[in-house]
Amino acid sequence: MSSLLAQLFPPETTRGMELSADVLIVLTSAAIIYVLTRYHKWGHLWREWLTTVDHKKIGIMYLIAAITMLFRGGVDALLMRGQLAVPNNHFLGPLHYDEIFTTHGTIMIFFMSMPFIFAMFNLAIPLMIGARDVAFPRLNAISFWLFAFAAFMFNISFVVGGSPNAGWTSYPPLTELAFNPGVGQNYYLLAIQISGIGSIATGVNFLVTILKMRAPGMTLMRMPMFVWTSLVTSALILFAFPPLTVALAMTMLDRLFGTDFFTITHGGMPMMYVNLFWLFGHPEVYILILPSFGIFSEVVATFSRKRLFGYSTMVWSVITITLLSYGTWVHHFFTMGAGPGVNVFFGISTMLIAIPTGIKIFNWIFTMWGGRVRTPVAMLWALAFIPTFVVGGATGVMLGAVVGDYQFHNSYFLIAHFHNVLIGGTVFGLLAGMYYWWPKTFGFKLDERQGRWFFWLFFIGFWITFMPQYALGFMGMTRRMYTYTTGYGWSLPNLVSTIGAFMMGAGFVVFVYSIVYSYKHGERDLTGDPWDGRTLEWSLPSPPPAYNFARIPVVSDRDAWWEMKQHNQTNVVQLNPNDIQPIEMPKSSSIPFLMGLAFFVGGIGMVFEWWWVAILGALGVVALLIIGSFDYNDHEEIHAETIRHTEASLGRLQG
Amino acid sequence: MAPKRSKRAFRYLSLMALAVGLLVSGCGQQYVLLHPAGPVAASELGLIYISGAAMLFMVLLVWVLFGIVIVRFRDKPGNKAPYRPLWDHNRKLELFWLALSFLIVIIISVPTVQKTYALDKIPSGTDPIVIDVTSLDYKWLFEYPQQHIATVNYIDIPSGVPVLFELTANSPMNTFWVPQLGGMEYTMPGEVLPLWLEASHPGVYWGRSGQFSGSGFVHMTFNVKAVPMAQFQQWVQTVRQTASPMTLADYHQLLQHNWISPRSYSSYPASTFPNTTHGFTLEGGMYMQMKNMYMNMPSN
Ligand SMILES: [Cu+2]
Ligand SMILES: [Cu+2]
Repeated sequence: MSSLLAQLFPPETTRGMELSADVLIVLTSAAIIYVLTRYHKWGHLWREWLTTVDHKKIGIMYLIAAITMLFRGGVDALLMRGQLAVPNNHFLGPLHYDEIFTTHGTIMIFFMSMPFIFAMFNLAIPLMIGARDVAFPRLNAISFWLFAFAAFMFNISFVVGGSPNAGWTSYPPLTELAFNPGVGQNYYLLAIQISGIGSIATGVNFLVTILKMRAPGMTLMRMPMFVWTSLVTSALILFAFPPLTVALAMTMLDRLFGTDFFTITHGGMPMMYVNLFWLFGHPEVYILILPSFGIFSEVVATFSRKRLFGYSTMVWSVITITLLSYGTWVHHFFTMGAGPGVNVFFGISTMLIAIPTGIKIFNWIFTMWGGRVRTPVAMLWALAFIPTFVVGGATGVMLGAVVGDYQFHNSYFLIAHFHNVLIGGTVFGLLAGMYYWWPKTFGFKLDERQGRWFFWLFFIGFWITFMPQYALGFMGMTRRMYTYTTGYGWSLPNLVSTIGAFMMGAGFVVFVYSIVYSYKHGERDLTGDPWDGRTLEWSLPSPPPAYNFARIPVVSDRDAWWEMKQHNQTNVVQLNPNDIQPIEMPKSSSIPFLMGLAFFVGGIGMVFEWWWVAILGALGVVALLIIGSFDYNDHEEIHAETIRHTEASLGRLQG
Repeated sequence: MAPKRSKRAFRYLSLMALAVGLLVSGCGQQYVLLHPAGPVAASELGLIYISGAAMLFMVLLVWVLFGIVIVRFRDKPGNKAPYRPLWDHNRKLELFWLALSFLIVIIISVPTVQKTYALDKIPSGTDPIVIDVTSLDYKWLFEYPQQHIATVNYIDIPSGVPVLFELTANSPMNTFWVPQLGGMEYTMPGEVLPLWLEASHPGVYWGRSGQFSGSGFVHMTFNVKAVPMAQFQQWVQTVRQTASPMTLADYHQLLQHNWISPRSYSSYPASTFPNTTHGFTLEGGMYMQMKNMYMNMPSN
């Protein structure tokens, strides 16, 4: 028993901060259990959420998870900035700091950005293409639960067993047992692996959904831009994740089964991992940014009251980016001695990829040209993106110019660059999308005034945080340093950077407050079209009924809903009762949740090398696969009368 | 409401500009990348300037266009700017910025290619000093195969002479970086990678690891002291005469996970530096070409 306790709570999880986290987690769980029991909500939670296959609800769960993870990753960031605020600081020790930058990066990429993107996919895409759900609703739920349990697993490492501590890239041989005993690194490997299975499934799902489930008349070149970028993102996921799967699996074999793929002895080749990782990692960058590009296209067009400028160029640049993004991965290690030929090739391919990206920026600017630019919070994020992201893109080109990278590699210049594109691009985009689709999803708007506070605090905080980091790069400060001494001139920029980070944190607090406030007092969206939108989701009531479209619309142009409004085709929203047919909808299922649970059990078993637990989990997975394949009772029909009733109550029925 | 808000935004922005200005204007020696002390670092800085200038042009272009657009086409009553909701493409404009972007890429690519190839070769003329570098947990071991001495966590080099660093690791990966002399290169177990640097003038330049390798990585710093050739030879003599030799047992001591202060050895066991590696064997491949072409190694 005591040895089990020692395994679960090694010294590094019994530091003050972890202990208080333990206590907090226990208290929160107790509170949740109490509330659910007190108000008899267990059944509701199970029926309406845990077993749902409705893309809208799955989207909401992804969104909640993403915001929660943004909080955790953000707290990590503030802890790091707190430690680096002044030289020779002892707020965090090296071991602790190493864990925190590892979880910060891993969470922000895999457990914040990815689910946030999938939230946007789920909340918007079926509605935008005039579909009633995704192609494989149950698989969609499985993807979510794999992600959710993986995220949960990754997060408990902080308090049970010990956190990973080798950075989000986790290069071997540092991750090998010789240098990294303990279970922390196992958590990293298994959590990403499990959520990665979910991500690949999501890629397949949306690829098929977009290709096969569009409303009649919606040709490829009539798809909204966000649908286009999601389509290529799905394709990118499909081809980018397998190398990561392989790299993680090989590291896992090294750690758990004593192979020597990446070890320092017996001919292990750590550099092979680096290749595999970035073969995934670079396309991943575009997996993270392309959905935001799509969101900007929607938001900028809507709030300029104008058609998107250069639609076909945008489509082609997205496709070009997708193809090129597989040919640039070596730029992450120009300094690993591949030789001038290889470096020059990848340097130029990197700079080439900036061309389609640059073209898109000009196209957004010209979307506004000749329009009427309104600035609700959703648009503010999109507007903030343009001047911010070009700086990140520009420093990216400077990094891509091989010889410059010799000096910038792993320095704070790099840190500033990728936060510049990931926050200024991905996060601003996702926040724009969230503010934009929030009324559609929940039926009320987020408060605009509070939203502006959030925006300005976060936006200005961003600049104050990251511009000094470019300077630190020129001063020779490298990443992942838990402390520094005076004499390098690093003190002032670090202090300024920390101040900025806390401004961003303050912005986040305003945001969370704003959600709670708006839930109670926010302006209700009764029209379904609060922004005077252009695409099909705005033809639906907010929030849409379970089946989305009582009658599938017929599309005759790009910006379908805008055109319908122009031509007074109100029969789309004022249905003739006789047109309503019964609708087949997928049925809730407990299999996805249980599948996530089985993977979790198996994963934990492998993390701690408790093989009987791992086998139990694996058996669970197999059993659920079998049960799921013979479950033919997975659809149910909604009667026409029920639909008529719902539509009438939404005021969408003629007469 | 709107004008007040934008005024407030403007005040914030100018505060921010001030902060950035303060940071940049303190352009002292601490901006090590801007103060190269040798040809490699100078060449790299040259490209940083070229790419930086080209990118600055693009950034300013976008900022100006963006500024014009959001001022001119704001949705406010009485805005007289033309409203053209259907204007959605213009081939000429799109071709223009396609061409512009290509031009910028070419402007950066040409010197990038030239410099990448140029920096891969040690300038002919002088024979380089060779230093075999091994990163350990958490220290740097430097071995001078021509002088047969070794140091830990510091090196002396002659100024005005290229130095060929042969980099490997007996630890997790690190990068070897002396910012004022030039950009970094990885040290990896099982591989030997070449990197040449040169200090134009005597001076002390700090170096550190740029790749996280564990809890002591922060302390993997070292000083490079560049001195005139005669003084360098003298230093070698002093080390040979005053320092103690490194035994294999001493080397195994160095492998322990700790960090130690600088020290010197009058000799070192030959087996401590790999002579077979994966991709870049000492007897072939790109690494060897470099060695053969520009130096006469005593064969051993
Ligand atoms: Cu970060
Ligand atoms: Cu990349």
